[in-house]
Amino acid sequence: MSLYLDCTVTRGDFTLSIAALIEPGTVVAILGPNGAGKSTLVRAIAGLHPIDAGSISINGRVVDDGGATLASAQRRSVGVVFQDYALFPHLSVLDNVAFGPRARGAGRSASSAKALETLRLLGVADLASRKPGEISGGQAQRVALARALATSPDVLLLDEPLAALDVETKEIVRAELQTQLESFAGCVVLITHDPLDALLLADRVIVLENGIVSQDGTPAELSQRPLTDYVATLMGVTLLRGEAAGGTLTLAAGGVLNIVDHDLAGPALAVVRPESVTLHLTRPEGSARNVWQGNVISLQPSHDRIRVLVDGEPSVVAAITPEAAADMRLARGTGVWLSLKSLDLQTFPAGGAGHVGIGARGVRG
Amino acid sequence: MNGRRAAAPPWFLIGPGVIAVAFLVVPLIALLLQAPWESFASIISTPSAMDALRLSLVTSLIATAIAAVIGIPLAWLLAREILPGTRLIRALVIVPLLLPPVVSGVALLAAFGRRGSVGGFLFDTFGIQLPFTTTGVILAETFVAMPFLIITLEGAFRSFDRRFEDAAVTLGASPWTVFRRITIPLVGPSIIAGAALCWARALGEFGATITFAGNFPGVTQTMPLAVYTALESDRDIAIALSILLLAVSVAVLVALRGNYMRGAARS
Repeated sequence: MSLYLDCTVTRGDFTLSIAALIEPGTVVAILGPNGAGKSTLVRAIAGLHPIDAGSISINGRVVDDGGATLASAQRRSVGVVFQDYALFPHLSVLDNVAFGPRARGAGRSASSAKALETLRLLGVADLASRKPGEISGGQAQRVALARALATSPDVLLLDEPLAALDVETKEIVRAELQTQLESFAGCVVLITHDPLDALLLADRVIVLENGIVSQDGTPAELSQRPLTDYVATLMGVTLLRGEAAGGTLTLAAGGVLNIVDHDLAGPALAVVRPESVTLHLTRPEGSARNVWQGNVISLQPSHDRIRVLVDGEPSVVAAITPEAAADMRLARGTGVWLSLKSLDLQTFPAGGAGHVGIGARGVRG
Repeated sequence: MNGRRAAAPPWFLIGPGVIAVAFLVVPLIALLLQAPWESFASIISTPSAMDALRLSLVTSLIATAIAAVIGIPLAWLLAREILPGTRLIRALVIVPLLLPPVVSGVALLAAFGRRGSVGGFLFDTFGIQLPFTTTGVILAETFVAMPFLIITLEGAFRSFDRRFEDAAVTLGASPWTVFRRITIPLVGPSIIAGAALCWARALGEFGATITFAGNFPGVTQTMPLAVYTALESDRDIAIALSILLLAVSVAVLVALRGNYMRGAARS
């Protein structure tokens, strides 16, 4: 029950290129901003939009090769949980879930039995006789999942499954989804723009930006070694690019940093965690080997700390306590000194030229 | 000139609006005022009046059914812009709406008359004659009324949320199953609205019917034709029949009103 993708899809003047092999029993998140091509990918995998080149295989069977072979959505074993769920408003919850088995040839009573069993598994059997308009968002999510699972698909495709929910419901449903997905034997593809969904639910995250894969890795890899500014921003860190040589990193945007890894040479990336940057009003005399000057651009409260964006060489985000910000009387335009221990600076080679999209696994073309 | 006065509805809208309502309602009231109420029951229960009413109901319902069976698929095709030349087809479909009904009747004669382009072939080959028959009445009514159903339904299909169809397909439904179990039920109110408009137009059809099918009592003389014929001899009968026709259409439209309003608002 594997899903193999290596395809190009064109929609208008937008082109999506992606290559990935998704193993059964794994949850792969496709993470990307709006317009990255996520919904195009959903439609391509589901069979609602033909691909232009390459191929898509499910269980080793080619379902679309961009040419003569094209299994319609009707004939693919892909269960889709649509964004906003798209539950049929005129059918009861039971009939919504029974629709799939019935359309695939099961009898009326067998379909209802299968639907009821699936609803029971997801703990929403008591809603069977209700109409979609009479249930809550969280319940609708479970019913939509039940509807997709009732056909026993090889691939489960979840398109922004939590986006329609309010913040509190989202956390509850996400936790439930985690257990539900663990018990599913097939491949799960989770489309989301929310990094929390990707980090908490997925075994592997494929980041999609402007129609191409910009990073492909485990959630841990993503947070430790973001390859693009988009991923770095999602992870709340600053990503710096430059040229490493003999223990220094000369940054493309200006500035030089001392780094621990003396063997690192060539194009490299450095990750600066906001917590490891210290702000001072006067030039600090200490052990930190990176000290530079900058001006405060913005102050942003975030949980129990304040994220301070400082313009300098390099520009970074520093996280400080509200008390510190008040003591230092920080405001937009305040001149500050920044210090950063080399030990806190994580560096790694930027595969190739160190640009977006390079270094991602499994990308062709 | 102050703010409070400005909040009052402007006179230049109220004046014409009141005139418009009066203009539409006064003739109907006059019809009721002038009705021969003492002899009403006996007039409308005459065999010829009952024949005309029966013929009107049967032909208009069959015309509506035909319009639904072939018009709903066309509306779907137009809404999805699947056919080449969709814009041209849409314009052609609306033509019968704008055409004077008499012209429609003449056009039908040209096509389906005994010497018509299609009618000649039908008569010579199968001996089928359409003009001046009850079938001809149905044909005329369908021709004139079907566009109402098509344009109502096209709007409904156009604003239809296609994710429901997408969802149904991914669940393994064939195109026919999707259409039957998802699309049609979800545009149901608009189908009722479109069918009601179509039926009302077919019921009131006069010009095309009398031109193409003639005015033979019991065969092609529908209610509007009977009213017209009666008017030449007995005004009371004409008024009584008119009121009967009015009552039938109002009764059906009121019965459908809930659906009609919803469907119309959606499309």
